[in-house]
Formats: sequence, C-alpha cells, structure tokens
Amino acid sequence: MIRTVLSLRVTLLCALGAAVLAGLAPQFVDTFTLLQATVFVAMAVLALSLGFIWGFGGILSFGQAAFFGLGGYAYAVGAFNFTDSTVPVILSMLVPMLFAALLGYFMFYGRISNVYVGVITLTVTLILFNVVNSTAGDAYRIGSAALGGFNGIPSVPGITLPFTGYAFAPEDDWYLAAGCLIVVFVGLKLLLASHFGRVVVAIRENEVRASLLGYDPRLYKLLAFVVGGGIAGLAGCLYTLWGAFISPTIFGLATSAQIIIWVMIGGLGTLIGPVLGAVAIQVLVTEIGGQQLLDANFVLGAILLVFVLVLPAGVVPTVERGVAALWRRGRRGRPGPAEAPAAHPLPGKALS
Amino acid sequence: MTAPLLETRGLTMRFGGVVAVDAVDFTLEEGELRCLIGPNGAGKSTFFKVLTGQLLPSAGTVRYRGRDIAGAAPHAIARAGIGIKLQTPSVFNGLSIRENLWLAARRKNGAKRADAVVDGVLSLIALAGSTDRIVGTLAHGQRQWVEIGTVLAGEPDLILLDEPAAGMNHDEVGRTAEIVRAINRTTSLIVVEHDMAFIRMISDRITVFNRGSVLMEDRADAVMRDQRVRDVYLGKKAA
Ligand SMILES: Nc1ncnc2c1ncn2[C@@H]1O[C@H](COP(=O)(O)OP(=O)(O)O)[C@@H](O)[C@H]1O
Ligand SMILES: [Mg+2]
Repeated sequence: MIRTVLSLRVTLLCALGAAVLAGLAPQFVDTFTLLQATVFVAMAVLALSLGFIWGFGGILSFGQAAFFGLGGYAYAVGAFNFTDSTVPVILSMLVPMLFAALLGYFMFYGRISNVYVGVITLTVTLILFNVVNSTAGDAYRIGSAALGGFNGIPSVPGITLPFTGYAFAPEDDWYLAAGCLIVVFVGLKLLLASHFGRVVVAIRENEVRASLLGYDPRLYKLLAFVVGGGIAGLAGCLYTLWGAFISPTIFGLATSAQIIIWVMIGGLGTLIGPVLGAVAIQVLVTEIGGQQLLDANFVLGAILLVFVLVLPAGVVPTVERGVAALWRRGRRGRPGPAEAPAAHPLPGKALS
Repeated sequence: MTAPLLETRGLTMRFGGVVAVDAVDFTLEEGELRCLIGPNGAGKSTFFKVLTGQLLPSAGTVRYRGRDIAGAAPHAIARAGIGIKLQTPSVFNGLSIRENLWLAARRKNGAKRADAVVDGVLSLIALAGSTDRIVGTLAHGQRQWVEIGTVLAGEPDLILLDEPAAGMNHDEVGRTAEIVRAINRTTSLIVVEHDMAFIRMISDRITVFNRGSVLMEDRADAVMRDQRVRDVYLGKKAA
C-alpha cells in the first residue's frame, strides 16, 4: 500500500513535469517538429490503450485499431455535423466504447478463450476495413458527412471551442494531444491503484481464484476492454485532428501490428513502457524514412525479432529488474531483513 | 431442528463415461468440521468443484442455507459464502502475500476494514518474513498457507479445503491442524485429507468416498477400524 501511494506521488510529479515541458515545447521547437511530436503523442495514447488491457488485463486484443479507427471516424462525422467540438470529441470515445461493450460482451460472456479473443478482434478489425472501404458514393452520408469509401474523409474540421468559437491552431493541437496523454496516463495509474484496477490485475494473474473470491471475471474484463476501447477512440480523434483526414487504412493490419510492437518493445505490465515504445519506434521509422538504404518494415521486423529473442519482457520491465537486482546487491550484507522488491509479473502470462 | 448448512441430494458429475461423483447425498450441519477421505480418483476434488460452481453437475441438487446453488456461477457461490482452497495451489502468483489477502478481504469490506481483516488473518497464519514478498517465489507449504489465508480473508461461512497438508513436513502439518481448529471456532469446514495423523488432530466425523459414492460416514476411530475402508485404501495401494 505504501509503495502504491509513493508511486502515485511520483507519477503525479512526473505528470506535472511533463505538463510543464509540453507547455514550453512550442517555444523551443519549430512547427514541423511540433506537428510530428503531436502524432507521436497521439499514437502513445493508442499504445496506452493496449498497454492497459493487455499488460494489466491480460487481454491480447488485435482490435485496438478498430476502436482507434471508429474513434477517428466518429470524430470526423461529428465534426461535419456540429458547430463546436464538444459532441464530436465525446462521440470519438463513446462510439468505440459502445462497440467494445458489444464485442466484449459476446467474447467474455460467451466464455471465449484468450487465443480466440485475439482472432476475433483481428477479424472484426478487418471486417470494419472492408465495410468502411465500401462506403463510397452519395448513399453513404451521415448528416453532412460523406464517408467516402476507400478515399476516406478529407478536410475534417479541427477543434472549435464551444461558446467562444475559437478554432485550434497547430500548437493548440499539440497542447491537446500532450494533455490527453498526461490525463490518460495519470487516469490509468489511479485506476490501477483502485479496487477495480487491482481486481483486473488479479484476474490476469488467476481468473479461477478471482472468481472463487467472488469477483465475476467476465464483468471486469468487459469493463477493462471498454475503457481500452475509449482510450483508443480518443487516440483516433487526436490522429484525425492531426491530419484533418481519415481513411479505412486506419483499420488495416499494419495499424494493429504496430500497436502490438510498441507495447511489446516498451514492455508489458507497465504504462510508461508502451508510451516510450510508441514514441521510440515512430522516431526510428521517421528517421529511416528519410534515407534510402534500409526499408522501414525490414528494420521493424528485425527489431521485433531481436526483442522476442533477447528481451521478451520489453525494455522497461528489464531495466526495472536490473535496477532491483543492483539495489538488492547493494543492500546485501547490511543488517536488517533483505526482502525482494516487487518484481513485475512475467508478461508471458498474458499470452497464455 | 434448524436446516443443515449444506445438503446435496443425488449429486452426480459425469465426464463422458466416467461417473466421478455418483448420486451423493451429503449433509453438513452449521459449525461442523467434516473430513472427507477416500483413495485417489474417488471424486473428492470433483465433489468440491461441483459445490463451488467450477463444474456444472450432471444431476442432483445442492442446497446451501436452503437455497439451491447447483449450477450457479463460481463468483455467485463465493458471494453466497462458500470459500475453497483447491488441491493444486491457486493463488495470485505475481502479487504479494498482502495483496492476495487484500483482494479477498476487500470484496465485501471497505478499504479500512479490509486492511484490518488482512492483519487478523496474517497473524493467524503467521507467515514468517515480510508480507510484501511475491507469492510465486514462496515455497510450496507457504503458498498453501497463503491460499488458506486468502480464503479466510474472504470471511466465508463455509470453507472447503482440498488437501491442505499435502507436501508439508511434520511441523507444518501440525501448524495447519492448529489453524484449521482455530478456523472452526467460527466457521464450518469440509477438509479433504489423506494424512490420518492430521485427520485425528482436527476432526471426529469422517465421510469416506469411494468411486464417486459415499462408502460410510462415522467417527474417526470407527472409520479407521472399518474393514471396507481398509480394503479400499489397501486395494488402491496394491494396484
Ligand atoms: N475434468 C475432468 N475430465 C475428465 N475426467 C475427470 C476430470 N476431473 C476428474 N476426472 C476424473 O474423475 C475422477 C475423480 O477425480 P477427483 O475428483 O480428482 O478424485 P480425488 O480428488 O478423490 O482424487 C477420476 O477418475 C478423474 O480421472
Ligand atoms: Mg483430489
């Protein structure tokens, strides 16, 4: 408990530091860099959504891309139909959450095994790709928004504040994205420290034991899945705002695979791992994109292979374990009970 | 006369052709401590799994405090007040000892009271060393106690213990017997065990299972003298 309180304080302090940095960033970097940082941060929010449900809930979803895309489309459609952005932003979270609730209900209450959860979420994502892909033409309009089929929706209106009617500039989009990342991060930390979050982790550890203590695993998994869906939807909203554009490729296999790579490389069972993983990989891919020698997909594949073979736990848990081991060694020989600091649970568990 | 705490009628569990539990009529009174013995494969663990909703019975009823719970979900039965320690340790391996107990205690208590319940249980099961240790790193016997402690922290009215002393050394068996007796002051129990010394320490009423049915039910000394019981155990050993 003391450890939890301490780590919450540290989180809040770090969040404050991050907020200050984010607030000052536009003064120190050029607009181009800031724009890139905005999309990196939006993707970090997406990575957090999977980092939460996979790393803590033990649910390997290949479908975060579906919620991401739904969030983006919900925002875009809303933005064409409402004068200010309140409703579109709410829709960008609400629509994927409802979709996650429906899908999650069938999966978890249908007692579908974890492996099939992966298969089903992936299939649903690909189905969405096909469905949205075939919405070309005037028949597919929602209010004044044309879905546009394969071409997607261009010129999506940006954020307009209610009452004042203030329209966001690129720096404002950065503040919004960075703010969302910080709020989601701190929110998830608080959630994980709550009774609900601790039960979610317990269910990942041992579903049978949790149910024998009176917790209904189906309900907790469903709720965690819905929270993850909402966060992915928010990320989709930020992504759409960034490019003022959304198309069905967002539901493609590449998006799903990327999210999993970010989380795996950053580290399962942590929140900071997926954030760092998402940012690092995107920076890398952008760098590779700027030269002709190596193909980005090739490099990504190689990195993934190395991680699976050498650092299967991901960067953050491995570093944490190393620090813990050093700390223990430093304490050895001193008087007093030498206790093992809490190691992170093995991420492999989540896969089984 | 008050209604029994637990009552099964014709309880049956089939796995394909195997009848693991065969039309069992079983009654447990409030406050009782009953031992369940029988050779391996007699159906004791399956009986427990049916009682706790982990398996859907093929036939029969389970009445708990007069309410039919046969076929209810495990979490619903747990909420009705039945706690179980499984034969193979079932704990939250990646979490600390305290977190394991806290999760059980917090289910029906507020945060403050949950902490108090956990402290009470910890002092009863008296685990050596820090309670911040990760359960997966503990020795087998310690993990058994953590599981017993977790069940206790849920404050059930009926506790089922499936082989709580298995794999424990002599001292640990003695301590486990003490803990079981202490639990029985406030809670009803059914304990599956093979260790006769352990059974003598805790109970005087025994139900003997054989091939899914109740072979006999009597006081410990009578059961141990019974020729049929000896045959069942010796027959298994010879096989
Ligand atoms: N899930 C299962 N599927 C098929 N057969 C099972 C299953 N569980 C138990 N059995 C069979 O049921 C019988 C009773 O097993 P069990 O209840 O574990 O006995 P005990 O606990 O008394 O040793 C055994 O023959 C066992 O093989
Ligand atoms: Mg057994």
